[in-house]
Amino acid sequence: MRTCLVVDDSSVIRKVARRILEGLDFQIVEAEDGEKALEVCKRGLPDAVLLDWNMPVMDGYEFLGNLRRMPGGDQPKVVFCTTENDVAHIARALHAGANEYIMKPFDKDIVTAKFQEVGLI
Amino acid sequence: MTPLDYEYLRKLLKERSGLDLSADKQYLVESRLVPLARRSNLSGIPELVQKLKGGAEPLTSDVVEAMTTNETFFFRDKIPFDHLKEAVLPALAQARAARRSLRIWCAASSTGQEPYSIAMLLKEMTALFSGWRTEIVATDLSQAVLEKSKAGLFSQFEVQRGLPITMLVKYFTQKGELWQLNADIRGMVQHRQLNLLQDLSHLGTFDVIFCRNVLIYFDQDTKAGIFAKIARMLEPDGVLALGAAESVVGITSAFRPYPDRRGLYQPSTASVARAGGAPHVLKAVASAAR
Repeated sequence: MRTCLVVDDSSVIRKVARRILEGLDFQIVEAEDGEKALEVCKRGLPDAVLLDWNMPVMDGYEFLGNLRRMPGGDQPKVVFCTTENDVAHIARALHAGANEYIMKPFDKDIVTAKFQEVGLI
Repeated sequence: MTPLDYEYLRKLLKERSGLDLSADKQYLVESRLVPLARRSNLSGIPELVQKLKGGAEPLTSDVVEAMTTNETFFFRDKIPFDHLKEAVLPALAQARAARRSLRIWCAASSTGQEPYSIAMLLKEMTALFSGWRTEIVATDLSQAVLEKSKAGLFSQFEVQRGLPITMLVKYFTQKGELWQLNADIRGMVQHRQLNLLQDLSHLGTFDVIFCRNVLIYFDQDTKAGIFAKIARMLEPDGVLALGAAESVVGITSAFRPYPDRRGLYQPSTASVARAGGAPHVLKAVASAAR
């Protein structure tokens, strides 16, 4: 079973994402900020990361940079999932190594489509 | 809704659009027409039917539109577009190298996601079609969906279903809460209102025809009639794409499934022989498929 790390400071969003992704046969690990997510990745890289942008301690953008610099850190597919819904943020995320981008609010169809797009389903 | 009202609506929809509702589709009619009745300040479907019987033409059009408009999304089902990119378009680029023109028809284009997906795909393949005359004709029964399509404005939800984020950034401009396709992509698509039950010959012939997820609503005879018309409009070496749940099997001998390219069909040998053509593209597609 593939693993997905869900990184979001909102427990509600993590819960919604968990429900959707478990329905797509992913095993879920949660983290509430970028720093905790990085600790999870140091223990073992997930197959996918669903990543919020604005979080306390370490934001999603900084986490992504750190992840991509880790040994094997280019492997996980990273899908941003954020309220930062403008072209500048999207372009910045793609430049930093994000594979896809979900603009909140989202639903199961959108998550499924985006995970299909990056070859996770 | 009384059984008599349902029968009246079934007959009306069959005559006007070819839509073939089975006896158990009352829920579908209610879910689409109760909101329409409310918007028209009518108490419900019985009053709506009374108005229709009185010959209210704009209302009849609204009923047909409400029942025949379906949700769609960019690069729907993905596979037909992969086929187009990997096999069909490269083969056509070769087969049409002398005339340098390409005609593609989306027969039930709805709000535009399908023709615009093809337009973006062609844009991505500029190296193959640079300097070519490429036409994408988008037709639909509903004028309302064609107007939406022409505007090229899509909600945040719509642009996230099937459209890769890189294409969103490349081909769209953010307009407040909405996203608009850039003018160069919108300009690649021509929109025309069209009822598939009527004469289609004025559209001319095409190299590729997308007719997906529309024939499922028609009865067998109507499907056969539309397939016969499409066969006359498709180049002898052209390609027809149907929806994932659709097939020609048992309906027409004018097409046969394309081997190893699910959802694609080619004119059958008999129909090509009648048209006096030779399936160059299909040979090339077969080669690419291998």
